[in-house]
Amino acid sequence: MTEAGMRSRLLTRTNAALAALVVFLIVLPSLAPAFFINFVMTQTMMLGLAAATIVFLARYGGMISLAQFLLFGVAGFMFGNAALESGARGLNLGWGPWVAVVFALAVTTAVAFLLGALAARTTGIYFLMLTLVYAVIGFFVFAQIVEISGPGGITSIGRPDLMGPPVRLYYTGLALSVLAYLGFKAIGRTSFGRALQGVRDDPIRMASLGFNVPLHRTLAFTLAGFVTGLAGILNVWWNGQIDPASISIGPTLILLIIAVIGGISYFEGAWLGAFVYVVVFTYLRDLPLIDRIGITEARFNTVIGAVVLLIMVLSPEGLAGIIERVRHRAGRPARGASARTGRRTAVRRPHPSRIGEA
Amino acid sequence: MTIPGAAPSREDAPEGIDARRLTVSAVVRRLPAWVGAAAASGVVLWVVFLAEGTPAGSAVGNPARFVVTLLDAVTFAGLLFVAASGFTLIFGLMRTVNMAHGSLFLLSAYLAIRVQQAMVGRTRNIDPADVRIIDWLVPLLVGATVAAAVGLVIHQVFLQWNEGQELRQALITLAITVVLADQMLREFGGLAQSMVWPGAVTHFISIMGQRYATTRLFMLAVAVLVGILLWLWLTRTRMGMVIRAGVDDRQMVRGLGINIRLVFATTFFVGSFLAGVGGVLGASFGGAAPGTDGAWLLNSLVVVIIGGLGSIKGAIAGSLLYGSVVAFSPAYLPSQYSFYAIIVTFALLALVLASRPYGLFGRPA
Repeated sequence: MTEAGMRSRLLTRTNAALAALVVFLIVLPSLAPAFFINFVMTQTMMLGLAAATIVFLARYGGMISLAQFLLFGVAGFMFGNAALESGARGLNLGWGPWVAVVFALAVTTAVAFLLGALAARTTGIYFLMLTLVYAVIGFFVFAQIVEISGPGGITSIGRPDLMGPPVRLYYTGLALSVLAYLGFKAIGRTSFGRALQGVRDDPIRMASLGFNVPLHRTLAFTLAGFVTGLAGILNVWWNGQIDPASISIGPTLILLIIAVIGGISYFEGAWLGAFVYVVVFTYLRDLPLIDRIGITEARFNTVIGAVVLLIMVLSPEGLAGIIERVRHRAGRPARGASARTGRRTAVRRPHPSRIGEA
Repeated sequence: MTIPGAAPSREDAPEGIDARRLTVSAVVRRLPAWVGAAAASGVVLWVVFLAEGTPAGSAVGNPARFVVTLLDAVTFAGLLFVAASGFTLIFGLMRTVNMAHGSLFLLSAYLAIRVQQAMVGRTRNIDPADVRIIDWLVPLLVGATVAAAVGLVIHQVFLQWNEGQELRQALITLAITVVLADQMLREFGGLAQSMVWPGAVTHFISIMGQRYATTRLFMLAVAVLVGILLWLWLTRTRMGMVIRAGVDDRQMVRGLGINIRLVFATTFFVGSFLAGVGGVLGASFGGAAPGTDGAWLLNSLVVVIIGGLGSIKGAIAGSLLYGSVVAFSPAYLPSQYSFYAIIVTFALLALVLASRPYGLFGRPA
């Protein structure tokens, strides 16, 4: 490719907008109140990072995984077990925080590899059900086995000194999010990513071409597990504690819902969905007159459920899909990376391998 | 576990066809089946002879406890079958995974408890002696019918027009689950409630010197009755014939001019009704509380993933296997490891899936 061609490929409107957004997010802590940064934006980054792995698996692998939040929790529990020196529950290994991080990520990745290998021969709806079962079994594992957690979970988990000020968690989340976004996009153009998309579209043909179909799915799931583990460690640093209830079926669905709100085949959608979710969760109660129409904080799940229902009925591609569609209608077709991978049909109808029938 | 022949033993349908020729691949492919067979015989050996130091003791040493555990397994499997059969029926015909199945289960349970309380005239401390058979049967029918009606509405409003889009349908029903769970929490509160068995079936009998509750046997009887009715409906009626034909080839059934919409609606109604019956049995057996919906969605999923989606035979086999794991693992794991019972469930799932990815009686969609 010529230099000019290279430049035009990098300098698309979408990329420029994203770069501007990242710059804005970097300076945001000096503009916005601390609560907004340390509560809303930090959570957005963590949940967005975890939801992006769902998008990664759905978009490239055609696998909708409900096990990502379990892996998110595994990383948190393992960090807590390894880092704490003493406490009522857990292994209390008392290792240094960074050793604990490595340990937690290693365990999470290994668990992801195991679960992925087991699920790699199923696809579509079977994969969804199987990962839902993983999620619930994982919940029971942490709720019942007192050696690693027990029902009360692990409390008073500190974070490394380097991460002392809360705003550093936000920056770490932002950096990891940007890395994951760019990394996931880049993987789509590597030979592994191409093969994975081939496996998504026609596993039988890929198998007869000599590709190891289950291995590709397993490796994709393992990579997604590793990235979710990063988000999980961030979460346990931010929260200071983790208990089995926080990885039960409710939060598991919430993470899928975040991916769905944003649009399950758009990487941007993961963070968009997380932002919408956290903002609604945080500020809904402050809206005037909202309790008059029966929407109180306690009925929050009804609102979320109804929103997801509406999105799935109207546009399975979520908010990002709606934005794309509006841009398309306005006669200005988006020329982002998604346009180049030949997925333009996704605007009007869901891609068959993702939402519809295979 | 204790069901002979149920261990996965057949080779999985080949995904990469060329792999069959290579002997190494063939050995690797058969490996899960051999591991499964070895694990099954190991478990039988453990339970029968070796399980000293467990809460139950080995079956040879303590046969009464073994028989009671076996009865626990079979009776719980009955409940599992009632809950899972509706789920698998709906999937078998329509390829719709109804994630709201657990919600219908819980909704029916709550409603039946309300109706029973109204009929007995008390809201708490209901004594089984005050509950006539009719005070249990009418709530059962009311709860299950309402669950069936709600299921039918869900199908007609949200699922009927996007048939074939499996994942979209699964996500829609998941969203419905979230809404229903929240609304049920608002309406019925967060405390555990339970349905009371009729006094006529609440006794204790002695099995080899161990006390055993007849209510569990009654539950099994209801489950067997449901199973027989389902079997008669599917094999002896015209509608059942059409459903079985539809499971095999939907397009052909359509092509023959059969009103498949009516068949779909009826199947969804019956499947949701079965969820409702399961809910009332479950509420009588273990109570109902927020979270019961998720637990029973999991139970149904585990049963159909083991047995194979869409197969009634698979639902029976899956219920028996999963019921055995649930009953046997707390009793026959060494005392200090009884917390690890959930791992056994996972191991069962892993073994079945490794040798047959679509379940024992399942096949690719």
